[in-house]
Amino acid sequence: MRNAAQGPVAWRSELWGSPLRVLATVLLLALLAWGGFHAIEWGVLHAVFRPDAEACRAVQHGACWGVVAEKWRPMLFGRFPYEEQWRPAIAVAVLSAVTVLSAWPRSWRWWLAPLWLAALLLFVLLMRGGVAGLAPVPTSRWGGLPLTIGLAVVGLALAFPLALLLALGRRSGWPVVRTLSASYIELVRGVPLISVLFMASFLLPLLWPAGWQPDVLVRVLAGLTLFVAAYLAEIIRGGLQAVPRGQTEAAMALGFGRWPVQRDIVLPQALRLVVPALTNSVVGTLKDTSLVTVVGLFELTGALGLALGGDPTWRPFYLEGYLFIAAVYWLLCFGLSRYSVWLERRLGEGAR
Amino acid sequence: MSSQASRRGAWLAWVVQALLVLAVVAGAAWVVNHALEVLRARGVRSGFDFLAEPAGFSISEGWLDFDASQPFWRAFLAGLVNTVRASVPAAIFSVVLGTLIGIGRLAPHVLLRGICTAYVELLRNVPLLVQLLMLAFAIANLLPDPTEPVRLLPGVWLSKGGLSVPWPASGEGGGWWPTHLEWPERGDFGVSGGAALSPEYVTIVAGLSFYSAAFVAEIVRAGILSVPQGQVLAGQALGLAPVQQLRIVILPQALRVIVPSLTNQLLSLVKNSSLAVAVGYPELVSVANTTIGSNGRAFECIAIIMAVYLLLSLLISFGMNRYNARVALRGWR
Repeated sequence: MRNAAQGPVAWRSELWGSPLRVLATVLLLALLAWGGFHAIEWGVLHAVFRPDAEACRAVQHGACWGVVAEKWRPMLFGRFPYEEQWRPAIAVAVLSAVTVLSAWPRSWRWWLAPLWLAALLLFVLLMRGGVAGLAPVPTSRWGGLPLTIGLAVVGLALAFPLALLLALGRRSGWPVVRTLSASYIELVRGVPLISVLFMASFLLPLLWPAGWQPDVLVRVLAGLTLFVAAYLAEIIRGGLQAVPRGQTEAAMALGFGRWPVQRDIVLPQALRLVVPALTNSVVGTLKDTSLVTVVGLFELTGALGLALGGDPTWRPFYLEGYLFIAAVYWLLCFGLSRYSVWLERRLGEGAR
Repeated sequence: MSSQASRRGAWLAWVVQALLVLAVVAGAAWVVNHALEVLRARGVRSGFDFLAEPAGFSISEGWLDFDASQPFWRAFLAGLVNTVRASVPAAIFSVVLGTLIGIGRLAPHVLLRGICTAYVELLRNVPLLVQLLMLAFAIANLLPDPTEPVRLLPGVWLSKGGLSVPWPASGEGGGWWPTHLEWPERGDFGVSGGAALSPEYVTIVAGLSFYSAAFVAEIVRAGILSVPQGQVLAGQALGLAPVQQLRIVILPQALRVIVPSLTNQLLSLVKNSSLAVAVGYPELVSVANTTIGSNGRAFECIAIIMAVYLLLSLLISFGMNRYNARVALRGWR
């Protein structure tokens, strides 16, 4: 089944070692060549790269990447005012820079929290405007990649403290706290995200006095946070359970109280254990933000509909548009999941 | 800690917990009450009485016939049936395809490994919604018209109008029991006979299957890797062929690791089937969405969705736990 040997030498015997292997190799190579040829013919050789709709319509069996060249700004920034789109671009760059910085385990220090707070503040200021001479932009015009990343980052950041409380609550010695936490977690994990988003967008307004409606972005963010918290809580609980009981007992014996044990002994070890799993749920949340397009926010997926749906000239080339945003999502998610693998190995080295 | 202090601690704990229960109940009561008040102030009726009224919209497909004059509860039932009708085939396809790909990722052949790895990394890092929308667009625009379908396999026709496959049917005047396989046939106006699957149905089943297969593949791979190498070597030493090693030695042990994760994956597949609302397949969430649009009973409709999904989740967990008890190691907890 498994071959420990790797590298070109092992590959040669894997590929050509026996008549059966030769047959399999030839068949697979033929399949790859056929698929690769068609993909390159469609995507490169016959493709139109200029933003020229006439040329796109004239070409047969070729991709029209011109749609990306023409529409990349509404695809990436939604309905954000065209002249002001440098703002979401900088906002995304700031969040990305802070994310990359915090990906490095050596920067896991106390100053990371205020740094994130400052970055999020800057993000909101740049997007909203209304200060320092920036024209105000209502949240209804936010869209595209900044909204996708902003929803994921802010949703996760708000969900994390809630998840921590839920995870600790589910392991609490108090039966009422335990039952409440467990019921919340299981209830939310049992229903689809879309129903939680529906609830946030239809029911939250009923809790506010008539005449003053909470912003749709705030509502959706609340729904996303409540949803993500239940999943994060289960991951954190897994980490808490993996910390040996002896650690708690040793700390108690040293005179630690109930909370200091959790804060100084159990949580630091538990969180370190679950960082890779948390990274995977960041990927999940990033993909889940695409659902907010169903309740009327135009993040990356919704912005594509806005950019192409209302434009009969470019509407026939939706497929290329989908491939473009799929590539954006893929780069983000694949990067994060590779990071998670790298981190797991690195943290594992430290433990051994 | 003295016993007196611990008794005082226990007493305090109960007081705090009682207060917590009170706070939760009072909060919930306030929320419901306030929401009802707001609804009354806006002149919106509330309650589940609408379920008996005629729906006023029709559902184009499914095992349950449904037209506009039938009541809402039947619409929700038809939606639930459609959810099951999409989820069950998708679950079967994704488990089969995912198992093959998961095994393929460990195959002693570098090309096969590469192709299977590429599949997993490509599919699981793009949102399901984007894949579904892409698939829906491709089916509606890139496939040939229904009058000129492509033949995928003998008896399987694909076009903009959907997919036609052979299906069991009962003969002339026959009863409920199918007597023969009815083959779709190509006529001048498209394909007739067999089972005609709508493009929306094909989109949701294919999209869910391909997407979930990537996750199932990872679960299967992790399960197989969890079997100690010594077991495989022992199997080889006994002279078992690779397929026998897989069937007799590896899979029974790997299943113990696979089944709990697979349960979670199937649960998320059923929940993901709610994305069908975005591609126009009339399952439960889609029916609820239409209902909210027509009579504004948002609270009731969302309550129904949540209750039904919770029930489905419980049923799947129960079934998979029974199966897990069969494959789990005896006396091992």
